[in-house]
Amino acid sequence: MGSAQKAPSVSGDRERVLGSLRRALGRGQEAAADAAARAAVAQRIDEHRRGLIPARSQLDPAQQVALFETMACQQAATVGHVAHRDAVPAAIADYLKEANLPPRLRVAPDPALTGLPWDTQPLLEISTGRAAADDTASLTGAFAGIAETGTLMLRSGAQHPTSLNFLPDVHIVVLRAADVVGPYEEAWDRLRAHEGDGAMPRTVNFVTGPSRTADIEQTIQLGAHGPRRLHIILIDETD
Amino acid sequence: MSLPGSNFSDDVRVAVADPQLQRAMRHVKEGFIGKRAKAAARLPEFEALRDAARDIKNHTLAHLDLYLEHYEAQVTASGGHVHWCAGPTEARAVILDICRQAGARTVTKGKSMIGEEIDINAHLEAAGITPVETDLGEYIVQMRHERPSHIIAPAVHLTKDLIEADFRAQHRQFPADRSLSQVPELVDEARQVLRQRFLDADVGITGANFLVAETGSSIIVTNEGNGDLTQILPRVHIVVASLEKIVPTFEDAATLLRVLARSATGQEFSTYTTVSTGPKRPDDGDGPAAYHVVLLDNGRSDLLDGPFREILRCIRCGACINHCPVYHAIGGHAYGSVYPGPIGAVLTPALVGIEAAADLPEASTFCGRCEEVCPVRIPLPKLLRHWRERAFERRVTPRAVRAGIGLWAFFARRPALYGFATGLAARLLGAAGRRRGRFARLPLAGGWTRFRDLPAPEGRTFRNQWAARKRHRP
Repeated sequence: MGSAQKAPSVSGDRERVLGSLRRALGRGQEAAADAAARAAVAQRIDEHRRGLIPARSQLDPAQQVALFETMACQQAATVGHVAHRDAVPAAIADYLKEANLPPRLRVAPDPALTGLPWDTQPLLEISTGRAAADDTASLTGAFAGIAETGTLMLRSGAQHPTSLNFLPDVHIVVLRAADVVGPYEEAWDRLRAHEGDGAMPRTVNFVTGPSRTADIEQTIQLGAHGPRRLHIILIDETD
Repeated sequence: MSLPGSNFSDDVRVAVADPQLQRAMRHVKEGFIGKRAKAAARLPEFEALRDAARDIKNHTLAHLDLYLEHYEAQVTASGGHVHWCAGPTEARAVILDICRQAGARTVTKGKSMIGEEIDINAHLEAAGITPVETDLGEYIVQMRHERPSHIIAPAVHLTKDLIEADFRAQHRQFPADRSLSQVPELVDEARQVLRQRFLDADVGITGANFLVAETGSSIIVTNEGNGDLTQILPRVHIVVASLEKIVPTFEDAATLLRVLARSATGQEFSTYTTVSTGPKRPDDGDGPAAYHVVLLDNGRSDLLDGPFREILRCIRCGACINHCPVYHAIGGHAYGSVYPGPIGAVLTPALVGIEAAADLPEASTFCGRCEEVCPVRIPLPKLLRHWRERAFERRVTPRAVRAGIGLWAFFARRPALYGFATGLAARLLGAAGRRRGRFARLPLAGGWTRFRDLPAPEGRTFRNQWAARKRHRP
């Protein structure tokens, strides 16, 4: 659809609302003040100046990974470790078996995931692509892990359909220890470096633990609409 | 946004006498307050972050026109559309037009207070389009044909036995003898019912917790994941947001996010914080083909110039509501407006006019807890006082109250007479009430003594004592 669709015309309201804002802010009275305001806005957007960052996340890399794990588990995620990515298929097969889940997995069309040695797990039924309504478990990568609150940063794209993060009952995420950062700000810097300044993927999901609700009598219940379980497999390899 | 024939004092009486409501409201007092306190205590920088959050909002409001223009340009560059709307009528027209062009039959909705403000559900229904609320609390109140009673916990006024009865009446597809008395069973049933609705929807409408100027992105914060299923599965994603949701950069959003969840639910971070920019990209495996932002003013631009600008800092965390003793006593519906609690008592008169909402600024004990917990440090009691002054100036305050204030003002302007009259009253009341120490009934004070005794004065007035003290200790 995009630009092909004719947008309803309310351009009258645009000028009305902006005019009202400009009047309230006293624009157009003094050219120097207006120019200063414009400069302040341009500078703020270009600078990406960081605000106050909690000391909690200012750690060396190994401690950051440990904090990430602690915080994620506090929010009811589970975390497993493998020394090398080749061990991921076996770890997933074990996880599904222990959780008494069917040995079926929808894998994100990401070469780093589809290229794993799945043939070592002949009982595991693998398919790739976006999530289908009856998928029980999905596997995706992660753009980063944020130690501050045990949060995953997931970036949408051809290799990572967003529906995999929400539709299946179980979401399994592979995260390299090297991709764990301290605060949110470091994750934004990484994304900007990846996309180019000002550009964004369609969706960036920050995910902290599995889906939950407290809408009935303030009782926390996991698995409201999104995944009932979130399992993170940390690859400890450093290369 | 309407105040549906509301009579505040009548509604308060009903609410206070409703045992089911009073039972449900206990969860607010017991849950939210302790959770927020713990979350704040766990983060040493929390108070400093509140200052930073306030400063970000103040800077943004002082440059609101410029940030919105930048935001709009970025949305357009990423393939989305921004629709500026002066009021609810314009916003509804835009949304209906988009839905019609998409041939929409059902619309899923993430939780949106702006959606409530423009009453979009009723207008979608009138146009033959079925709106489906997907946040569990919103789903429950929609099923009951009610309004949310809290901005982040829409069904907080209900107990689970009431919800069970509603589910049994509405979800006829399940066996009648199923077990449904526990919270997990209720949540699971709603999940099953709504799953198909997500898959069937043609358009998804969400709100926005923040709009980010630097990239033209919208951010929603949820725990259930309903907002995400609402925006990635349908062909069209509509964001409804008010002007003041804008922040300059993701760094600014990070600071605000650090205080939002902690203030709201006491979580370190909500489960899902989702950043959306434009429609799906050509290579994307899923996501909406069209992305629209309905940007609502509805009187906010007028607030920018004047004492109520500070209310535009609000990030809708609900902390002031959670900590308000008046809200605890009466629940959200008695306010008769979309936004309850202290924030509602300040915002509603600004949106609908003080004449239509003169009672709301009175719904405060001025205990100050709302200001103490506000993550962006809005001086809510001060703003409530501003509204009371305006109500008085515009003669919408009830006549008896005006007369009382007038009488008090007459004496207060004459300090000697004031001292004489209050001294005399204190002596007379003190003598009359000496035996019991209190009055169960007193002429002209029936409103007070109907519910509690009035203590009898035990000595001289404060002014007398103050003067005496100054004489002894110069």
